[in-house]
Amino acid sequence: MTPDELEQIAEKERAAQSECATELRVCVAAGCLSCQSDKVKDALDAEIRQRGIGGCRVKGVGCMGLCAEGPLVSTSKGKMYKLVQPSDAGAVLDTFDPGTQDKILPAHLHCPTDTPFFQSQQKIVLENSGIIDPERIEEYIARDGYSALMKALTEMTPQEVIAEITASGLRGRGGAGYPTGLKWSTVAKAAGAKKFVICNADEGDPGAFMDRSVLESDPHRVLEGMLIAACAVGAQEGYIYVRAEYPLAIKRLRTAIRQAERLGLLGANICGTRFSLHLDLRLGAGAFVCGEETALIASIEGQRGTPRARPPYPAISGLMGGPTLINNVETYANVAPILRKGGAWYAGIGTEKSKGTKVFALAGRVKNTGLVEVPMGITLRRMVFEIGGGIPEGRQFKAVQTGGPSGGCLPEAALDMPIEYESLAKAGSIMGSGGMIVMDESSCMVDVARYFMDFCMTESCGKCVPCRVGTYQMHRILTAITNMTATPKDLAMLEELCDLVKHTSLCGLGQSAPNPVISTLKSFAAEYKAHIEEHRCPAGVCGIDAEGDKA
Amino acid sequence: MAAYTTHPAQPSTDKRWKLVDAAMRRTGKSPRSLIETLHTVQEAFGYIDEEALRYVAMSLRVPLSRAYGVATFYHFFTLKPAGRHTCVICLGTACYIKGSRQLLEAVEKDLRVAPGETTADGEISLLTARCLGSCGLAPAVVYDQEVAGKVDANSLRKRLHDWNEQARSRHDA
Repeated sequence: MTPDELEQIAEKERAAQSECATELRVCVAAGCLSCQSDKVKDALDAEIRQRGIGGCRVKGVGCMGLCAEGPLVSTSKGKMYKLVQPSDAGAVLDTFDPGTQDKILPAHLHCPTDTPFFQSQQKIVLENSGIIDPERIEEYIARDGYSALMKALTEMTPQEVIAEITASGLRGRGGAGYPTGLKWSTVAKAAGAKKFVICNADEGDPGAFMDRSVLESDPHRVLEGMLIAACAVGAQEGYIYVRAEYPLAIKRLRTAIRQAERLGLLGANICGTRFSLHLDLRLGAGAFVCGEETALIASIEGQRGTPRARPPYPAISGLMGGPTLINNVETYANVAPILRKGGAWYAGIGTEKSKGTKVFALAGRVKNTGLVEVPMGITLRRMVFEIGGGIPEGRQFKAVQTGGPSGGCLPEAALDMPIEYESLAKAGSIMGSGGMIVMDESSCMVDVARYFMDFCMTESCGKCVPCRVGTYQMHRILTAITNMTATPKDLAMLEELCDLVKHTSLCGLGQSAPNPVISTLKSFAAEYKAHIEEHRCPAGVCGIDAEGDKA
Repeated sequence: MAAYTTHPAQPSTDKRWKLVDAAMRRTGKSPRSLIETLHTVQEAFGYIDEEALRYVAMSLRVPLSRAYGVATFYHFFTLKPAGRHTCVICLGTACYIKGSRQLLEAVEKDLRVAPGETTADGEISLLTARCLGSCGLAPAVVYDQEVAGKVDANSLRKRLHDWNEQARSRHDA
């Protein structure tokens, strides 16, 4: 494969696409697929054949974002249809079949795209999502796919690649926000005969589905990012650690790897150079702690996923003792556009310390649930009320939760804060991987804190005492509060435990487990007080009969 | 216990063991492939019993204690056979906010089983998931591998009722 050959594939694909006047794109990512979007696709296909409309074809694409209104269908001409059922195939086709073009589309199918949900987004990671068929490498190549890899291999030195990533200001999208360029140069400089690249696709935060959508909608983008990273740091072997709970993402990754290998973009002597990379999948098995990098490495090695003390960091001694680069799915997905358009272009987006865009999974009590990509620095208020469309059923906003079980709940007062790593941390939450759950007055914040503590308690690997025992004790107290049996003394104990677990746990899971409690204690202290002193739950969720979560 | 060998005999003549063997061969029977192999066993048999665990441990030259440790550490692996039907209720944050706990309580009461258990007649297993990633469709429930979104107690009860009806008609037949 040479740059010219790659261009030929792209040209051929573009020519084939231009022959088709209208392309109907049906979302076949997990969200819409669970609303039978595959049957919608078949129905549209059958209808086109039956009517004999020329220059029109149907294809399955990745996520279009507005998951709440699925199954979604869009056309290459910019129209969008929502809640499409197989029986609606005729009505959708009527709108551009020359014979029936005058027929009016039933209102419930019409999905306007001039709304803030679509207009406020800026797509870099998701630029191909909802447009290309994720199971065809040609379509990815036709949209400049793998051209960044070509550039890195033929025109740039590894140092220049790392310099470009550093200049972009890209930070780890897994949550902690470590500068990506710095991580890459540490691995590049580390001594070791065999180096590894790992993609962390163990998206464990409940309420987060960004990585899943990226993998299902544009898997080649992630492969290309990993290839560029491997080339820059000098790795020859790579692993994608993906949740076994994501069968569709696994299937599409396997297909993508096979296709890239067939074209010589992956494997030995890539593009005729001395650079080789072998990629393999490793399936997670349902352990939240495996999102922690040293636990993830243990899991890839076939062991229990327990973290170990750092340093040495994986960049120095990771998988099988070799220097290992671990980045998140979204981080890798940002790499190719940065190389194509330059680090300075990327650094021009976002805020001073948080560059670029971030993908969020917007869910909970908000009208437009789904996947959005926005420039860093946008305010939480715009996220919830403009993009999210506000709270349904005329209820009152109460809190927005970011960062999953490691993050915090932010109240109304924090809504005008810009979304960036530092400001979120200062407000008592974290950026996290991108889950954003909106809660209204029907949620009890003590119950929410108890819910997250239950999660951390169950997911604690048990290696260090503060996390294993501390989360259990905190959960016990929180359960007592929701049962109205706690005393003010318990509350003091809870605060003490938060401090202890936060500062003495071995890994990120334990260190951040108290965050939901600390943040709700800070912003919603009155609710705790009402439970303890007045034995009532202001939201009406907890009752004396409410049992502890048995799960 | 059988003599320690890396070529133990297949536990039975069940053809599914060939799948397990093939998976182990692909990785050169590396002890590192323990999790991969357990995935294959669970995919083929639906669960991992002691016999399978012994066989895999011996083939990969991994102590049985470690194989057991790994199999019980990860939630995805189950050591008990599942019922004819499985009902997985998502307890992810988005689903929880939208009332999946109430769904779970309803099913627990109806079926008289706790999460992770199977009804006495072996018909329905009740399971919970941490997050299915279908948060846009919360609350989500998986009926026999098929994800259903925006589930309420009525539709959930109806599905369970249908399963029980099917079971009854099978009995009568």
